[in-house]
Amino acid sequence: MKFAKQYLEGIEGIEIYPIFSLLIFFSFFVILFWWVITAKKDYIKNVSEMPLNDEEPLNTKEQ
Amino acid sequence: MEVQQFHYDNKIVKKFLYATIFWGIIGMAVGLLLAFMFIFPQVTDGISWLSFGRLRPLHTNAVIFAFVGNAIFAGVYYSSQRLLKARMFSDALSNLNFWGWQLIIVAAAITLPLGFTSSKEYAELEWPIDIAIAVVWVAFGWNLIGTILKRRQRHLYVAIWFYLATFVTVAVLHIFNSLALPVTALKSYSAYAGVQDALVQWWYGHNAVAFFLTTPFLGLMYYFVPKAANRPVYSYKLSIIHFWSLIFIYIWAGPHHLLYSALPDWAQNLGVTFSVMLIMPSWGGMINGLLTLRGAWDKVRTSPVLKFMVVAITGYGMATFEGPMLSLKNVNAIAHFTDWIIAHVHVGALAWNGFLTFGMIYFLIPKLFKTKLHSVSLANAHFWVGTLGIVLYALPMYVAGFVQALMWKDFNPDGTLVYGNFLETVSEIMPMYWMRAIGGTLYISGMFLLLYNVVMTIKSGSTVEDELAEAAPLQKIKSGRITGEAFHSWLERKPVQLTILATIAILIGGVVQIIPTLLVKSNVPTITSVTPYTPLELEGRDIYIREGCVGCHSQMIRPFRSEVERYGEYSKGGEYVYDRPFLWGSKRTGPDLLRVGGKYSDNWHFNHMYDPQSTSSGSIMPAYQWLIANELDKSNTEAKLKTMVKLGVPYSDEDIENVQKNMLEQGTQIEQNLYNDPDFVKSYEADKKYAEENGLEFVEMKNREITALIAYLQRLGTDIKIVEPEASQASN
Repeated sequence: MKFAKQYLEGIEGIEIYPIFSLLIFFSFFVILFWWVITAKKDYIKNVSEMPLNDEEPLNTKEQ
Repeated sequence: MEVQQFHYDNKIVKKFLYATIFWGIIGMAVGLLLAFMFIFPQVTDGISWLSFGRLRPLHTNAVIFAFVGNAIFAGVYYSSQRLLKARMFSDALSNLNFWGWQLIIVAAAITLPLGFTSSKEYAELEWPIDIAIAVVWVAFGWNLIGTILKRRQRHLYVAIWFYLATFVTVAVLHIFNSLALPVTALKSYSAYAGVQDALVQWWYGHNAVAFFLTTPFLGLMYYFVPKAANRPVYSYKLSIIHFWSLIFIYIWAGPHHLLYSALPDWAQNLGVTFSVMLIMPSWGGMINGLLTLRGAWDKVRTSPVLKFMVVAITGYGMATFEGPMLSLKNVNAIAHFTDWIIAHVHVGALAWNGFLTFGMIYFLIPKLFKTKLHSVSLANAHFWVGTLGIVLYALPMYVAGFVQALMWKDFNPDGTLVYGNFLETVSEIMPMYWMRAIGGTLYISGMFLLLYNVVMTIKSGSTVEDELAEAAPLQKIKSGRITGEAFHSWLERKPVQLTILATIAILIGGVVQIIPTLLVKSNVPTITSVTPYTPLELEGRDIYIREGCVGCHSQMIRPFRSEVERYGEYSKGGEYVYDRPFLWGSKRTGPDLLRVGGKYSDNWHFNHMYDPQSTSSGSIMPAYQWLIANELDKSNTEAKLKTMVKLGVPYSDEDIENVQKNMLEQGTQIEQNLYNDPDFVKSYEADKKYAEENGLEFVEMKNREITALIAYLQRLGTDIKIVEPEASQASN
């Protein structure tokens, strides 16, 4: 770590990197949960039923 | 509203399903042969292309890319068309995807047994095949995205996101890990060396598991489990969280394959942290899958499709609980290099991938042929045989793993190893290898039941290759958010934006880990006494790579008392700077070889390769007699050195000029050393005489492959034996 530190310290403004990483991580999950919580109920219901309404092949109906 | 009629392409789905079954049988059969090689190491004696080291990558590649790969395509092509209410974008691309992929598999099935390998796990194929993979993969992605763009369904179901993330991430991983400089049409050297090569490889290797064996199958789970259970997924909101957190976190976890290795500590710890976090999205997904069956558990009793899926999801849960546990450094110290890992991956492959595939096949085949499954009871029989097979495979391997770890680390009160002879630890677990082979036999028998059932079902059904469907086209709406529309609902109807965000999510982890290791030079402290390989050693190393020695022997001594006592000084990052590719290995069926140089005589190695059991009683290593007979191909050595120079290895012009002379000198020295053994002299001189008398061409020992291999083995790990390790570490 000693050697790595020496080089990383050479990068300008390195001290904000860990805070920046934490922020990315934190905001990622905040935004994610915000999306999910604000999602409309009927929308969620519609989308979740998509695999079930995709069939009724017409071939069988015609026969 | 106007309704459009169109046809689903069922033909392409069928083709991929057939390929899945065919390659599944091949891949598992090779695996079974390998399992029996542990018990009967001589079973393919003398046939180089059927030797363990060369077949192991064939098994892993066939199962991952041929069996699971074709299953992914079959499922994706079936579900995407229906979820998007559109035929695939282009039949030509679909067919290019299918035939291209099969051709790549055939190329792998030919080149791997012939010894053409880059030796990087799950990425063994040589560079021309790598390029073909990239082309076919792009054809697949183009076809998928094209279909999404012409869809008749406004919103993208979560399965489609998983497919998109799979496409993008596998492309990124494959391209960066395969970067290499070609020497000849089927030989290349990795663009990375040593520690860096290891990091890139396991960033790839781990995410091949994540984005080839997991995300596409999660997409399939989110489509086929609700269909088979005939009810929507338990929580669609949970699936959104599952998707984003999984792809965001997974990509960071690769370094957990390199704990206690010479990889810098910060990278190891980062890998551990994210691996532990990974349990949350993985289990969220598993629970979501299982709870989809709420109120439908009675169906599980009667439907083989659901049975397979339930065990598949349970297997996913087990493997993704075990994964984070194995990433803890103290657990990893026990499990790494042992058969525990073999158990872990097979729970994933046999239960999660295998059983979900079987469930999908039993679901799709009757649907595609407009008929009923030929025999439900036969499918149930397959389920039980397969489940028993998994249990009989995994349990003995767990026991074997613990036994190995305990024996490797067992000390006498006086500080010596209780089992100083590695072979004792091998003989101890032979019964486990037997049971494993029986478990494997059961599993593949189930596969034959499936084959029979599928064939009979197809015979009784009728083919509908282009299935008619109808749906209204999408109305144009403004591309921005509509009033009251949540951000995520908007995003889900914007595939391009969704793909870009997913790409960013997977790139963050890769960038944070890979770039510092590649750029910050001091992450790999150089050692002044480490010098490039001599030409003969380099050729020997390429033979070591060709024969797949890395499949059973590691070259990475972890800094444990037990390992230092057994193998010698622990590994330093700086020792590997000329290793292209790195050969740390991931399994110790045999002992570590990093410090084998100088440990035995040249004659010992010669006899050991000719007949391993003669030098090491009870060894399960196969014989490598062709190395002793074959003439060493020295025609590309100059080109090899020149390629290495381009990659930054400090060979001088003089080195390259004198390649042949140096090789001959070193070979002659080894030949002389071999003359110390009277038995060798007797048989070698007799051979020579016989050739002379009969006018046959005779290749002198100094020009044979075994000489190069001995040169390499005797060199291994000796650089740092010469000087005190403390004194040799310079700051840069």
